[in-house]
Amino acid sequence: MRPPAIRVEALTLSYDGQAAVSGLSGSFAPGSLTAIAGPNGAGKTTLLRALAGLHRPDAGRIRIDPPAKHPIALLPQASQLDRGFPISCMEMVALGHWVRIGAFRGQTAAMHEAVRAALDAVGLTQLAARPVGSLSAGQFQRALFARMIVQDAPVLLLDEPFNAVDERTAADLLDLVLGWHAAGKTVIAVLHDLRLIERAFPETLLLAGTAIAWGPTPACLTPANIRRAGVGMQAWEELPLDRAPARQAVAALQRRPAA
Amino acid sequence: MRRALAGCIALSLAGPPLGVFLVLRRMSLMSDVLQHGILPGIALGAMAAGLSFWAMGLGGVLAGLCVAMLAGWLTRATGGREDSQLAGVYLLALALGVAMLSAQRGVDLSNLLFGSVLAVDDTALLCMAGVACVALPGLALIWRPLILESLDPGFLAANGGRGGLWHLAFLALVVLSVVGGFAALGTLMSVGLMMLPAIAARHFSATLAGQVRASVVLAILASVLGLLGSYHLDLPAGPAIVLSAGGLWAIGLALGPRESLLRRLRRVPEFG
Repeated sequence: MRPPAIRVEALTLSYDGQAAVSGLSGSFAPGSLTAIAGPNGAGKTTLLRALAGLHRPDAGRIRIDPPAKHPIALLPQASQLDRGFPISCMEMVALGHWVRIGAFRGQTAAMHEAVRAALDAVGLTQLAARPVGSLSAGQFQRALFARMIVQDAPVLLLDEPFNAVDERTAADLLDLVLGWHAAGKTVIAVLHDLRLIERAFPETLLLAGTAIAWGPTPACLTPANIRRAGVGMQAWEELPLDRAPARQAVAALQRRPAA
Repeated sequence: MRRALAGCIALSLAGPPLGVFLVLRRMSLMSDVLQHGILPGIALGAMAAGLSFWAMGLGGVLAGLCVAMLAGWLTRATGGREDSQLAGVYLLALALGVAMLSAQRGVDLSNLLFGSVLAVDDTALLCMAGVACVALPGLALIWRPLILESLDPGFLAANGGRGGLWHLAFLALVVLSVVGGFAALGTLMSVGLMMLPAIAARHFSATLAGQVRASVVLAILASVLGLLGSYHLDLPAGPAIVLSAGGLWAIGLALGPRESLLRRLRRVPEFG
């Protein structure tokens, strides 16, 4: 299923009465892999929530073209969730089926199998029965990724997916992101690490209240643009890509002709 | 006595599972608000139709729903801290209710405030059983969306889940259960049998279903112990039941298999 294009037209968003994003226009092409970068308070999370339909625009609009039912899955920052809630890892992952089964229908055998496969893909099979409250930050983030796999939406929005997780988890999760991209899904991620963006994300939206630059990453992340956006390269921690699968995935990505 | 036991078992089935969700959603204070909030409604019911149980119950349910919505709206509208708004609402409701009831002749205020479980008649028993019959299947119906709304409200909202609707349905069930409890335990203690077993349950199970089951078992145990204690020691039944529930909570807190003081002392690692 080919993902829809997401067009943003003169979008203005405010957060707590303060303007967060103003007059943003552009589009995320179907199948693109875009990083959203910018300083704190640049409106990155607000934009992501607006794309997911959780934040009403003050002006302008967001068009999903062609319109689809539940086209978007959002990976929230883990701090947005109540991690002490006493359900098991597997149950939380299974909630990804919500759009298909709603409040009352049961899981089919195939859906159950999809949950198992997702747990396997993020390496949590052994911990499936554990309560989510007992998972480490990295394991919990893996579980959220598994829920997203189960959701199986054509457009994936990730809010700081590699924050506060260990290096190994970050590399594994990056693999998943690159895998989604290879499978033709549209992926949009809020990220801090400019070096990671340069290495793994073909498109970038550099945001500071409005778009400083939006397009192919090398053209976006020029020193002049980064200075204009007010983010310092040295301020970001580098995500080590020292695991072979992640390195290969990135290398494969770089070998591909530029879209 | 047998009526009292049957009534308390009905309440033990209806209330504690809802209490578990109140605790998990950090809404424990809401139960206090509701138990005080129903008092003006009960007073209105008594004014309109005398001491008819149905009139007072209906008034209580309506007042409880109003208070629940008022408290929710106040919190959203002022952006203030929820607990202070709730405290304001329930203190006002309690004063208003007591004033309204005192203004009427022939109303035994302490009966309404503290209940008289041993004087439960068939009507009240029927009502408590009715509450249990609605509250349990009701909770089962909203089980999944309620979990999702508690765990990750953004996910529910992003996927067309109408979180507010489930929240409201949940509050309606809580109101029903609080009103069901008032005949037996009085408005000041109706929540005791609902919250104490729910708070204790987390010391007995790590899973949601386990906590719900534990809360029901604890509540029934507290009812039986409380009624026996009230009979043999000549205590008022309502406080005896709530005290028993409190005793079970203390035992769970001190010696329970999970997150208890004993566990902490021994530093036993916890799995599941």
